[in-house]
Amino acid sequence: MAQTSPNTHPGWFTRIAHPGMFMGWTRHVVLPLAIATALAFAAGLYVVFFASPPDYQMGDTVRMMYVHVPTAWLSQFCYAVMFSSAIGTLVWRHPMADVSQKAAAPLGAAFTALALFTGAMWGRPTWGTFWEWDGRMTSTLVLLFIYLGIIALWRAFDDQLKAARIVSVVTLVGAVNIPIIKFSVDWWQTLHQPASVFRTDGPTVDFSILTPLLVMTLAFSLLFLTLHLVRMRTEVTRRRIRSLELAQARAAGGAP
Amino acid sequence: MTAFLAILSRDLKLGLRQGGDLLTLVLFFVIVGVLLPFAVGPDRPLLSQLAPAIIWVAALLAQLLSHDRLFRSDFEDGSLALFRQASLSLDGLVFAKLIAHWLLTGLPLVVAMPVLALVLGLSADGFWLAVMTLLAGTPALTAFGAIGAAVTVGLKRGGLVAPVIVLPMSLPVLIFGTGAFDPARVGAASQALLLLAALSLVSMALAPFAAALALRISGE
Repeated sequence: MAQTSPNTHPGWFTRIAHPGMFMGWTRHVVLPLAIATALAFAAGLYVVFFASPPDYQMGDTVRMMYVHVPTAWLSQFCYAVMFSSAIGTLVWRHPMADVSQKAAAPLGAAFTALALFTGAMWGRPTWGTFWEWDGRMTSTLVLLFIYLGIIALWRAFDDQLKAARIVSVVTLVGAVNIPIIKFSVDWWQTLHQPASVFRTDGPTVDFSILTPLLVMTLAFSLLFLTLHLVRMRTEVTRRRIRSLELAQARAAGGAP
Repeated sequence: MTAFLAILSRDLKLGLRQGGDLLTLVLFFVIVGVLLPFAVGPDRPLLSQLAPAIIWVAALLAQLLSHDRLFRSDFEDGSLALFRQASLSLDGLVFAKLIAHWLLTGLPLVVAMPVLALVLGLSADGFWLAVMTLLAGTPALTAFGAIGAAVTVGLKRGGLVAPVIVLPMSLPVLIFGTGAFDPARVGAASQALLLLAALSLVSMALAPFAAALALRISGE
């Protein structure tokens, strides 16, 4: 590891975030994380299907919630990851922040799409419609469009270093704008129930339903963590291959 | 301040003396507004009900069309690189360009409004309300569009990416713009107008910083 400033000892974060170090320590973390994810899913699915009661009104369709709520939570969490990575890119120009940002975008889009899909599947038996122009659903749909726009912007650039900083600007603008979109859409129309788990006066959901929900949320969060790490590793490897190819082409005297 | 006014008058002169662009934009706005009745059918009550939506979609599309030229020609002929050496910071400069751009692309839409109002059968009250919402809302569209334009300025084929980024972000403008006409809600018009104006002021104040940051990165 080449250290840029030998007289000051770098902090732990600087050390683990160095691309070379990152590849080293994540190699040993990915497999245990994947196993933990699988275990959490096994436990979660068991609780969801066998150890939790059907809802007194919705019956068995309530089990859709155990996929819907975690994916909806991750659809927002992914944006938070991208937002903090974008700050890392713009302020410290850290290469791993670029990589983290790029890795999180398709995951966020996938979880948002999954939340919309499970929401539609759940909405059909309970509300009698796949889609309703309701506040929460519409703002989630817009969030999906923002994710897809960001992915499109990543793909439009050849120079990935410049792309990372440009995309950061869009991510930050989006982060300012998403609450405004949310507010405007709520002002426009509302059918979806308000938040019922995280409230100041305690959850309004019964514990028999809250337990599987929390286990599944943990499982999905672990899944995100695993996939994010794997995608980051892939991206670092891809960049290394790219620079090796360029170096080789340069040595051969031809255009890359 | 001199630099600010210089940029403003430069952009206005460029926009006005090239002439064609301004008329084309107004023409596009009117054509989109006239095209939709053909798709909907010549049902006058329905059309007058849809009129605010049609006007706002036409305005949104017309604004989208004009964004690309906001920074591109300056970027390509090197003016932007020179601007970065100016006594005025790039943020202030972008602000001046935004105002000029709004005067050239937002204000003419209001001028073309009577034509659309007549064709779509908008009442006199509805017409004035539409004018007010356009005046209050189009600056926000310009601001969001400027961010999209600045972000894609370095791309040779950025034409399609910018709308994909800008459109979802300008959703609140569309909601408040057409929400002002909601007859079911008491006080919707004044509430929506205030929210639109707030959105325009905030986005016009913040967008220059984001756009200037993107321009700096693109220019490196």
